[in-house]
Amino acid sequence: MSILGIFQKRNSGAVARDRLQLILAHERAESGRPDLVMQLRDEILAVIANHVSVEADKVKVTLERGEGVSTLGLDIELPLGVSGKLDAKLAAKLAEVAANRGGQKSAASKKAA
Amino acid sequence: MAKVLVVTSGKGGVGKTTTTAALGAALAQGGQSVCVVDFDVGLRNLDLVMGAERRVVYDLINVVNGDAKLPQALIKDKRLDTLHLLPASQTRDKDALTDVGVARVMEELRERFDWVVCDSPAGIERGAQLAMHHADVAVVVTNPEVSSVRDSDRIIGLLDSKTAKAEKGEEMEKHLILTRYDPMRADRGDMLKTEDVLDILSIPLLAIIPESQEVLRASNLGCPVTLNNPLCAPARAYADAARRLKGENVPMSMPTERKSFLDKLFMRRAA
Repeated sequence: MSILGIFQKRNSGAVARDRLQLILAHERAESGRPDLVMQLRDEILAVIANHVSVEADKVKVTLERGEGVSTLGLDIELPLGVSGKLDAKLAAKLAEVAANRGGQKSAASKKAA
Repeated sequence: MAKVLVVTSGKGGVGKTTTTAALGAALAQGGQSVCVVDFDVGLRNLDLVMGAERRVVYDLINVVNGDAKLPQALIKDKRLDTLHLLPASQTRDKDALTDVGVARVMEELRERFDWVVCDSPAGIERGAQLAMHHADVAVVVTNPEVSSVRDSDRIIGLLDSKTAKAEKGEEMEKHLILTRYDPMRADRGDMLKTEDVLDILSIPLLAIIPESQEVLRASNLGCPVTLNNPLCAPARAYADAARRLKGENVPMSMPTERKSFLDKLFMRRAA
């Protein structure tokens, strides 16, 4: 490696170590509940389906595992005619599911199962 | 017409995943749409080698079971629009894959892409057989080393008997990629020569991938070697292999690192 290269680029071994540490931290944390994110996703989608009929292929789910936090993104195309009032109802229902998480299964997850 | 290619070897650690990523990216760099599929359920690693490990939401088993649609599970490469990844599940085991479900997903992949490159798990059991079952073309990855050559011979036997093509009485197209090849050691007689391996396995040679630090560097960074450093020796060898798979006639050569004047000077002194 040239002298300039030392300043320009990080050693690829160090990049490998950081990538592994990050992804393994996520996988170990998930080992107790491997499907937590999947469960969250299913329950959220089930709640939405209670109120609006959503086509499965109009749902985009993205996930980004970062340091300390993961972000779960749900991009759901709602059909025409879904009003703001309904959105408020949805938000309330979502909050309820969040509160029930870990405790008794919510109605939404029963429906999903 | 889509082509399904399986990258297989029998033995583990010979470079199947590296080869899948490098060939997939090389085919995609040529403008064709490519999906690389990880069949190593429970021990997925193609996501890591492709640098997509943080973005996996759905996996092959979700699609096989109908929990997700194929487009939702596909991860588009951030560097190359024509390249996609279908990851394996990390938490389930291979018995969750049903024959019918895999057949349906492979059919859907065929409709969507020009190339489907399947990364087989090591071994000769169900996972490896599922990965090869729907293939039109097989790439057998072998190291110039006795145990790898023996295991490749077993895999060639399976390709000729356990695949859909074999069951229909058709001939499976098979190619050999020789990885981690060190021409200096082979010249000294310390390593099986290319001709020895070809003699034993008697399938045509697709590429010789020289042993190179660039391969490890690319996987460290999570980037197929053909994208990370297209000019390095292994990347050029994989790029040539991709062109041969597309039917181009590319003369076989032993790609070498382009050495600087100083490197040559020191090499000469050391020798």
